[in-house]
Amino acid sequence: MRLMPAPQALVDAPNLPKPRVITTEPRLSDKVFRAVVTAGGLSSLIILGLIAFFLAYQGFEILVKEGFGFLTSSKWEVITNEGNEIVDYSFGIAAMLVGTMICALLAVVVAIPISIASALFMSFYAPTRLKNFLVASVDLMAAFPSILFGFWGFFVLMPHAEYWAMLINRYLGWIPLFAVDDKIFTRSPFLAGLVLAIMIIPITTSIAREVFDQTPLDRIQAAYALGATKWSMIKAVAIPYGRGGVVGGAMLGLGRAMGETVAVYTVLNIVYEINWQILFGAGGNVASLILLKFGEAQPLEVKALMAAGLILFLLTLLVNFVADFIVKKTGSKGR
Amino acid sequence: MTTLVQREPKKVPTPERPWRPSFAQRLSNFGVAIAAVLLTYILVLVTPMKGLLPTLIFSGIFAIVLGYLKGFFARGTMAGRNNAVGVFLSLGMVIALIPIVSILYAVVSNGYKGLHKGLLFQDMSLAVATDPIAQGGLKHAIVGTFIMVAVALAISLPLGILTAVYLTEIKGPLSKPIRFLVQAMSGVPSIVAGLFILSAVVYTVTKSYSGLMGSLALTILMIPTIARTSEEVLLLIPNDLREAGVALGGTQWRTVAMVVVPAARSGLVTAMILGIARVAGETAPILLLTGGADMTNYNPFSGPMGTLPFYIWKSFFFGSPEAVTRGWAGLLVLLILVLLLFFLARSLSTRKASR
Amino acid sequence: MNQQSDATQSKRMERPSTMSENQSVRPSSLAEVASKHTTREGGPRRLGTGLETKSVHAWFGKNHVLSDISLDFASGTVTALIGPSGCGKSTFIRTLNRMHEFIPGAAMAGEVLLDGKDVYAPGVDVTKIRLKVGMVFQKPNPFPSMTIGENVLSGLRLAQLKVDNKEDLIEECLKRAGLWNEVKDRLGEYGGSLSGGQQQRLCIARSLAVSPHVLLMDEPCSALDPGSTLKIEETIAELSETMTIVIVTHNMQQAARVSDYTAFFLADGGPGEMVEYGKTGDIFSNPKDQRTENYVTGRFG
Repeated sequence: MRLMPAPQALVDAPNLPKPRVITTEPRLSDKVFRAVVTAGGLSSLIILGLIAFFLAYQGFEILVKEGFGFLTSSKWEVITNEGNEIVDYSFGIAAMLVGTMICALLAVVVAIPISIASALFMSFYAPTRLKNFLVASVDLMAAFPSILFGFWGFFVLMPHAEYWAMLINRYLGWIPLFAVDDKIFTRSPFLAGLVLAIMIIPITTSIAREVFDQTPLDRIQAAYALGATKWSMIKAVAIPYGRGGVVGGAMLGLGRAMGETVAVYTVLNIVYEINWQILFGAGGNVASLILLKFGEAQPLEVKALMAAGLILFLLTLLVNFVADFIVKKTGSKGR
Repeated sequence: MTTLVQREPKKVPTPERPWRPSFAQRLSNFGVAIAAVLLTYILVLVTPMKGLLPTLIFSGIFAIVLGYLKGFFARGTMAGRNNAVGVFLSLGMVIALIPIVSILYAVVSNGYKGLHKGLLFQDMSLAVATDPIAQGGLKHAIVGTFIMVAVALAISLPLGILTAVYLTEIKGPLSKPIRFLVQAMSGVPSIVAGLFILSAVVYTVTKSYSGLMGSLALTILMIPTIARTSEEVLLLIPNDLREAGVALGGTQWRTVAMVVVPAARSGLVTAMILGIARVAGETAPILLLTGGADMTNYNPFSGPMGTLPFYIWKSFFFGSPEAVTRGWAGLLVLLILVLLLFFLARSLSTRKASR
Repeated sequence: MNQQSDATQSKRMERPSTMSENQSVRPSSLAEVASKHTTREGGPRRLGTGLETKSVHAWFGKNHVLSDISLDFASGTVTALIGPSGCGKSTFIRTLNRMHEFIPGAAMAGEVLLDGKDVYAPGVDVTKIRLKVGMVFQKPNPFPSMTIGENVLSGLRLAQLKVDNKEDLIEECLKRAGLWNEVKDRLGEYGGSLSGGQQQRLCIARSLAVSPHVLLMDEPCSALDPGSTLKIEETIAELSETMTIVIVTHNMQQAARVSDYTAFFLADGGPGEMVEYGKTGDIFSNPKDQRTENYVTGRFG
């Protein structure tokens, strides 16, 4: 261990002895310890790096051939001649990318108001015992596996969602988003979005509640001492304080919704076309596409799936990165 | 000069809390809720709107409006708005809780029909999903899940704890990047983890399904959970303990291994349990890497293994009523497993907190 | 303990006295300091203005922390609450503006009469009470998400009160708080960029904007440097012309400098009680109770 260099003032002052530089050479056992621990700590770096590498390596061929079109075209075909040799192929995941974003955004739009309301309720309205119960319940739901949400969504929620979609279409169908070409409302992106929303509510609610719980007490007291009602206080103190954390939590939820596989696969009718009509029973996302195609994919298709996986990986990484950045940036101002 | 203070025993009045809502106020709050429901009922009777969604929405709207009016007539717009917001936030909380209740109810009510005495002791080697319920069980699924999770744990527990130790004890220059990477890794979708193992290990090395492959994918999902929870737990250990160890002449590794880690023992066990709960129900990597079997396979290194998620998945896709019931029963078993792990983790952490 | 009062006395001698410039004799006791301060008798009490407490008790859970406090704060006066730490002074003033109830497990008994009406009566709008009884805290707490100007107006915004001329009000409140000259060019900056003393004066300005009748101050200068403390004491002197001020302080010299009346609190192994109350000059020069004398002469505390 080495001592930090002494502050300049001390060094310049006349007649003061120079501080001794203390070095401690770590023992061998400690050196080994540090090496082992550092190696373990680097495991996440190594794993992430390997993921990126292998997916890119496998999907390289496809990405090079398709180029940017991989993201913008909506074809998924392999053209063979009579000898069953591959003549040409064309892969593009645009439809699934759009579907991913639609379902994930829908999930966030539905989940965030509910999460913020619940978090504010738990932080500022619920008496202690009720709050502990509510926090435990929300944490419990965070532990449910996605396959559970998938089949519950299919068997229990779908009939309701179908009816709601029909209502929305009847009264708000003039908005293009809510129009449908065919009145088939089962297994729609709307339902998938709802199921995803329910899946991410626990995460976003927990994060929001933790942030609100940390609102500095002195500011809260200052607001009340000025004659604020509870809602005025929340508006003036809690929400400005918690804004960054809530947005960060929302982005984490977004990332989760973007990568969800089995739940979406179960409740969504995967059709390989871009579908903006969220009430109509057709859609898809990248993750469920991979699952769908994987079973019967030829080696070439598998490579395309790897490329799709790489895109998904980079997307979720980006969202996580932005979430982190937002939380750090809004942390300084307004706090 | 001292004075003896004569203190007559003063009569101490009873403590009161006059700021709590009085009984009359609580009653009127309750009345607001009832009135909202009544109004909605009338509305549903009169108009063609039927069903769950309109009922909920209009009850909510009525409750908010009535809450506002109640506050408004008592004390003006500020109180009215405050009340309305209070009602709105409570409704948000209720909406967040409805799915939990619904899921628990659905799994229990649909799943218990699939329970039978041999459920945990038979596998599906002699039965098909469409057979009557009493034939065949999910022993193979439970065994498979246990084995796969155990293998994954064997790899991810050390790595996760080492990562946490690096972050809290060594605090080296790579701490910030590593912390960020752990956070990033927790966002990796499970199917991407499956694809990775597929491309890195299966296609290049083994070229076949096995439990081990699935476990490898699961470790990618487990490590961030274990690392994050372990880090939190280790940070809670007061520095005095570390200083005491070093002051006694311990090397850093001895201090960490013999003082810090044992002190954090229950927290690390909690981290492990949370890691298990995280992956026990993961389906996507299993579908890609492990497949499923009907016989009980005790060997994770060769051959597909049955697991709970796969059993559930396959049962539902068979479609027949018996198969669907099997699927629900599988979900029930999985849910019970998750609940057990959850309550175990909570009781460990509360016991630690109260210490 | 005597050493302490000597040291503080010498510190006092170095500080410029604000109360009178003509003295040639150095004050050497709290009594003399107190005598320099012109005591107000206080405005009319009969008409029910001002703040009065009747047999106020306070509990935290089962812990009885405050016993039978009956005080009368005449309007237009400054009352100091002194006493050793932990004797319930802060708890007491929090019962005056109903901030006591925020602490989990809090309970109280007795009456707090503002303009003759009990603030704890059922049906009372607590937010209106807090508009009339303002509070300045020990640690300055301006809202960091608001600019200086917005901070001053925050009370009005929180209570949704309309004001015709915002700039005039901001200027007036900041002037009364003694902060206008220092911040008049930077009203658009955020509240967190000021020094501790400036932040505290901003908090005072913020409390003034809603025109309270009473201003409660919970050790407002204990976290500040002596220069800021002095400025705030000047502010208190000016403010006391138009409102009632109750100030909790650990600093007896401060109590002697600013207050008209003083109440001495003590918790002798049990709940806090008020031992003695009277004009500040009397309390410091001629306390009736032995315990009061022990405290003001520095034998304990």
